[in-house]
Amino acid sequence: MNIDSRESFAPASAWRKICSDRVAFFALCFVAVCAVLCALADFVAPFHYAAQDLKLGAVPPCGEHLLGTDTLGRDLLSRLLYGGRISYAVGLLATAVAVLIGVSYGLLSGMCGGKIDAFMMRVVDIAYSLPFTIFVILLMLVFGRSVWLVFIAIGAVEWLTMARIVRGMTLDIKGRQFVEAAEALGESKLGIMLRHILPNLAGVIFVCAALTVPSVMLLEAFLSFLGLGVQAPLPSLGSLVKDGAEAMEDAPWLLVFPAVFFSATLFALNRIGEALSEK
Amino acid sequence: MIKYIIKRILEAIPVMFVIITAVFFMVRFVPGGPFDRERSASAETIAALNAYYGLDKPLFEQYLGFLKNLSRGELGPSYKYEGWTVNEILAEKAAVSLELGCAALVAAALMGVLLGLAAAAFGRSAWGAILSGLSLLGICLPSFVLGPLLILLLAIKFRCFNAVGWDSASDIVLPALTLALFYAAWIARLMRRAVSDELSRGYVRTARAKGLPPGKVYFVHIFKNAVQPVVSYLGPAAAGLLTGSFVVETIFQIPGLGRFFVSSALDNDYTMIMGCVILYAAFIIFFNLLADIALAALNPKVAKQL
Repeated sequence: MNIDSRESFAPASAWRKICSDRVAFFALCFVAVCAVLCALADFVAPFHYAAQDLKLGAVPPCGEHLLGTDTLGRDLLSRLLYGGRISYAVGLLATAVAVLIGVSYGLLSGMCGGKIDAFMMRVVDIAYSLPFTIFVILLMLVFGRSVWLVFIAIGAVEWLTMARIVRGMTLDIKGRQFVEAAEALGESKLGIMLRHILPNLAGVIFVCAALTVPSVMLLEAFLSFLGLGVQAPLPSLGSLVKDGAEAMEDAPWLLVFPAVFFSATLFALNRIGEALSEK
Repeated sequence: MIKYIIKRILEAIPVMFVIITAVFFMVRFVPGGPFDRERSASAETIAALNAYYGLDKPLFEQYLGFLKNLSRGELGPSYKYEGWTVNEILAEKAAVSLELGCAALVAAALMGVLLGLAAAAFGRSAWGAILSGLSLLGICLPSFVLGPLLILLLAIKFRCFNAVGWDSASDIVLPALTLALFYAAWIARLMRRAVSDELSRGYVRTARAKGLPPGKVYFVHIFKNAVQPVVSYLGPAAAGLLTGSFVVETIFQIPGLGRFFVSSALDNDYTMIMGCVILYAAFIIFFNLLADIALAALNPKVAKQL
């Protein structure tokens, strides 16, 4: 009898999936390089993100400023690196928040089953149809626009899909023999949840989280574009695109570089998530 | 079916109530009041203004008063735009946003479905890869990136369209395209996946075996099943289009509700925020209901469960 049919999370298989897909492999390399450069922005950025040179103004890309400078004479490459750092940090932390909420909600709903499950899932259905972006905007206003709140507010919005998937998988795994066996051996409900069901969900959660990262970064950029996310002079990719859009007639490079960098990052992250979710 | 629609509408009432209550109290916690930014106002003037609009009463009393007015369909005066009621402003601005949103939704659905059908038809060939690559590219170009880029390219460089504004008929093209493309790409991906799932089903083989023309199998039999995930996505997509209009209306300087919502939120214009939120929530709930009804019309199995 196959008591422990764990398809437990195997980093090796995830790695194999990425390697067998050339585009996804390059995407991963791109993301890794960008993430490292952005994380080390303090050391690799040629200038500080707020260092102004008003006399210089906006200059197109040149030897000293590889990607040019903005209207206040700030080095665009440095601002991109710092902005990327914020965006990546939001991506990871907000995803962590979303995973935490989504997984606990989905697990609980699936484990309880019956009426509680039906109710909890109905709540998710309704929440899907709510104007959540509006709530995030209001939250940002209520609590002042701190970066940390951006993380939490975005994470609190993006957990719904995760909850649905986890709940479906929980229902499926709950009926398997090894869970029955554990029950027969007197394992508590909590123990079953944490020791038997959760490890089996790890792979799914990982894939779902990988696909959440780009959508979280998108929402952060959306808020920053509206001026509600990260506050100046701290840059984020969204606010850099916004600044670029305002100056695009005279200084198109200010729009093009952040836009391309942001879209390339989203493309790479989506492509990685897609490769991971291939069967 | 009618019973189901009534049930859904009844279900929407408590949801709307929760939203209204949550937002009402949330905006009151925002630091500052609606009159703080009036430049010339002294402390007494602000107090007088607050008293005039009843903002000095206990919060709960204000809340009950708001609900009472709401039950008569009145949203009260705007605090920022003197002499205007929220109803009047909403009626004027919402028409613009609705026009833009509907144009974008139709464009997204048409482009997405066609692109998805084509991508699935080409399968694993080079064209299929190019088309699915295009749709992946689409979801990586959010409106706030695409909009400025389109302006830069089509309005500033080639002068095909006006960069901003809402005056001539062609002014709707760029903003609608900006809003639509992201959702078109999502729909294309949903459609392609659904069609390729259906292609391997038994009924497709049967239809082909009995000699039906391939076009009929593809566009009638498969389409009817494959379009279902797209239909159920249209509800959330409509919600996304509405909130997406915040950004697009800002970029293209369109006098619509989205731009208005953000500015009234920043100005603490309480009644205006409430009006916008109520309208948005009602739209979104309505579109979700519409999508669910359309789904039931397409799929008897779903209809039976209603």
